[in-house]
Amino acid sequence: MSLPIAPKPAHRRFHQARWDEPVIFELSTPGERGVLVTAVEPGVRDAVGDVVASLPEGLARRTPPALPEMGQMRVLKHYLRLSQENLGADLNVDVGQGTCTMKYAPKVNEQLITTPKLSAMHPLQDPADAQGALEIIWRTERMLAEISGMDEVSLHTQGGSAAIWANIAMIRAYHEANGEGAQRREVITTIFSHPSNAAAAKAAGYDVITLHPDADGYPDLAALKRALSPRTAAIMVTNPEDTGIYNPAIREWVDAAHAVGALASYDQANANGILGITRARDAGFDVCHFNVHKTFGTPHGSGGPGTGANGVSAALAPFLPGPRVVRDGDRYSVHEGGPQSIGAIGPCHGVVPNIVRAYAWMMALGAEGLRAVAETAVLNNNYLMKRILEIPGASAPYATGRRRIEQVRYSWQELFEETGISSEEIGIRASDFGMHYWTSHHPYVVPQPFTLEPTESYSKAELDEYADVLAEVAREARETPEVVRTAPHSQSVHHTHHDDLDDPERWAITWRAYRRKYPDAVGA
Amino acid sequence: MSEPFVHPYIPNTAPDVRADMLAAVGAASVEEFYADVPADLRLGRALDLPEPLVAEQDLVRHVSGLLARNVPTTERLSFLGQGTYAHHVPAVVDEVIGRSEFLTAYAGEPYEDHGRFQALWQYQSLMGELLAMDVVNVPTYDGFQATGTALAMAGRMTGRRRVLVASDVLPAKLSKVRDYVRVHLDLEAVTPVDGTADVDGIADRLGDDVAAVWIETPSRTGAIEHRLQAIADAAHAVGAILVVGTDPVGYGVLTPPAEQGADIVCGDIQSLGLHQWYGGAHGGFIAVHDDPRFVMEMPSRLFGLATTDVPGEVGFGDVAYDRTSFAHREEGKEWVGTAAALWGIAAGVHLALMGPQGMRDLGEVLLARTAYAQRALGAIPGIRLTDGAVHLREFAIDVAGAGLTASGVVDALRAEGIEPGVVAGEHELVVCVTELTAQRDIDRLAAAVTGLVAASAAEAAATLDTVATPEEHRA
Repeated sequence: MSLPIAPKPAHRRFHQARWDEPVIFELSTPGERGVLVTAVEPGVRDAVGDVVASLPEGLARRTPPALPEMGQMRVLKHYLRLSQENLGADLNVDVGQGTCTMKYAPKVNEQLITTPKLSAMHPLQDPADAQGALEIIWRTERMLAEISGMDEVSLHTQGGSAAIWANIAMIRAYHEANGEGAQRREVITTIFSHPSNAAAAKAAGYDVITLHPDADGYPDLAALKRALSPRTAAIMVTNPEDTGIYNPAIREWVDAAHAVGALASYDQANANGILGITRARDAGFDVCHFNVHKTFGTPHGSGGPGTGANGVSAALAPFLPGPRVVRDGDRYSVHEGGPQSIGAIGPCHGVVPNIVRAYAWMMALGAEGLRAVAETAVLNNNYLMKRILEIPGASAPYATGRRRIEQVRYSWQELFEETGISSEEIGIRASDFGMHYWTSHHPYVVPQPFTLEPTESYSKAELDEYADVLAEVAREARETPEVVRTAPHSQSVHHTHHDDLDDPERWAITWRAYRRKYPDAVGA
Repeated sequence: MSEPFVHPYIPNTAPDVRADMLAAVGAASVEEFYADVPADLRLGRALDLPEPLVAEQDLVRHVSGLLARNVPTTERLSFLGQGTYAHHVPAVVDEVIGRSEFLTAYAGEPYEDHGRFQALWQYQSLMGELLAMDVVNVPTYDGFQATGTALAMAGRMTGRRRVLVASDVLPAKLSKVRDYVRVHLDLEAVTPVDGTADVDGIADRLGDDVAAVWIETPSRTGAIEHRLQAIADAAHAVGAILVVGTDPVGYGVLTPPAEQGADIVCGDIQSLGLHQWYGGAHGGFIAVHDDPRFVMEMPSRLFGLATTDVPGEVGFGDVAYDRTSFAHREEGKEWVGTAAALWGIAAGVHLALMGPQGMRDLGEVLLARTAYAQRALGAIPGIRLTDGAVHLREFAIDVAGAGLTASGVVDALRAEGIEPGVVAGEHELVVCVTELTAQRDIDRLAAAVTGLVAASAAEAAATLDTVATPEEHRA
């Protein structure tokens, strides 16, 4: 064939890297070394002797750990091959992981943090040597205070669920300080709020009441009022909920909670569509949190580290976790939490590299930029919703005919009834087109669910490509269902069998356990 | 927005595209999408934020300028530890976790995110070898959380409330753990003797209402517990669970707690290939034996090996997913969420690079340098080591005998560019050495302290005006 190059087909002919890489232990060659350790100086050895031989009885390890022995480049190559078998947000149109706000994490921020001026800082250094880090933490907290309307913000927690834990821990301490700890034993949440609100409240010792929406998918104010009582410690709700529906009665929800002496805690995991539009404090909330790694543009790290931001009203400020960064004139210092503080949730000042990334992200955007983030995320979502609802078999239960904020929980129920192809199978097949797709959090209140959240980061052409892929998979489900059922076909690995994963006799959580359970499968 | 606002991070701010998309959905403006947000909840003004730096070069200048005000440990002589440690991070570790594919992924399935599943399963496995444990979790946030959860697991398994805290624990960690478990568990301190656990004291306090004995090794002051098996036997005799909080960095040379009766081993992975990051790089591990009574109490995700349709192909999936809050909300075990996966991948790469010999060499150099530093400082008149235990990486000194306070030592040595340790009491200073702390660094610290002690003694002798500064010690 000669030039010109033929037009592209309708769908990308994607194939993920398939290196067929063994597990790393099978790459071990006795005697190889990956990295060497500095030697004990002769002067040290002369002074202290053989420290291993002189360990007390039983303290010296008898058998070395069976770690692999590999030359440096072999380790590198193995992990680079694994990286190619992973589909990061930088590579796909990552709108398929609703609730997770998979937006662009700017590369300049990776450059900015990659300096010993940050990575080689110890948290207990003289604060005079840490003024840059402390000022960035302080400034980031103040910006988040303005964005949320809350009086104080702490960036101490290391993820969204850790921040939810901090919320309920503060609420618990607040009621105890007021002598109502024993009385207030219940937390109310909604089924379309993140599961960690329910789970963290339970872990903190509360009974959890979970409310379902009204017939139209809106949070049910009447149900809330029936559930509220002097036993209520707090409501813990997400808004907009994971359906992308904003609760128009949110102020009434907060007021109703306050009327029985309960606090109102706002899970702002889904804040991306409302930045600069409306704020937690303006709806009356006492505490709130952001998932900084979601809304404020830090990379998700294959599942963390994240960063949580806890915002509180002045009344809850004494309960914030510590330590706190305090500004005095143009100097910054570190204060331990006061007598009512819930103390440390984790070490030090939280995930500092993420805080610097988030600071840089906000400084690159400013007020106008954050508003553009929100508006574009919402525009993208409503545009994508239109494209998805054009696919036969797809629907968006609830709030029919109304707009959504930043995401939509859709359903393939109609397609499933027609073809028997499930949402999970559609997701696996979508990966053959280089697209990531997720069903939804459990339980599947919406049948055969999927949740798309396009954020502000993807172009119209990319949103079209994603919708085209789902339309193609839906077409396949009707016309060539075996292609979908036997997927993936273009992935790093083939259809995986999960039967062994729930059987204690058969599961293999480490190579060590695998060797023990399947001795014949592993060479001596 | 009177003028078009187009931002590089937001492609659909291009005016024509925006107009096309609004037309496609039949909306006159984005305002229509916010119909459910009541007018009285609208902000109605621009956020009051600093002027943005929309040009990349301006952003770089600003943020780099702020960071330039930091003076990191590479520009000081640091003996700081207490939960965050300066270890060498091999270049390959940073290369791998800097890859876009790992850095920007999140929660993909075992197909398109096969690499993430394999890297994290290998992390579990490499940690399992180091700890001699068959089950290790996908990392939770940090060692604080790992310990809180380990004790909560013990509480759920035994149905008991009492926990004997038999080691000296970092105050912040104890604070977190106490608040985390206080609904379910009561923590009782059993005061250590000469740096390590009081085995007789534990035995006296044990009973069939004790859920767990909690040992920290190394302890807050770096002391290594050397009677774990006896403690384990005593705990097990009353049906209690032995929870050992630890730092994995020493297990190339030290006997792993699992071989001396530990039931749950937990701690932080910051020492395994993570920079200090101003205390912002932690991951928590929880390791147990392959016993479903323990495994089913773990809140974290656990990745497991699986077969695929193709013989010889290595697949992965979630083990016992029904344990988790992802599956059953408040009916799951505690909760699971975004925690520290990338740091887990880093720790795995680190262990693969180090291999058995590297971990042994590292353990030995840490023990040797620690012992050397103990001798160097303990030999200074008036400076006393607080206990006689074997120490790994950290130890405490008491400076009272020299007429000094710990904060006085810190203030004086900071003026010389030395961070001599962490103040842990009026007279107690916790000093940390790692493989990055050379003999000459320790000698320099000892000389500086010697000088300070001499100056203090001279002051005490009221000869303030006649004592020369001992410059010869500061070289």
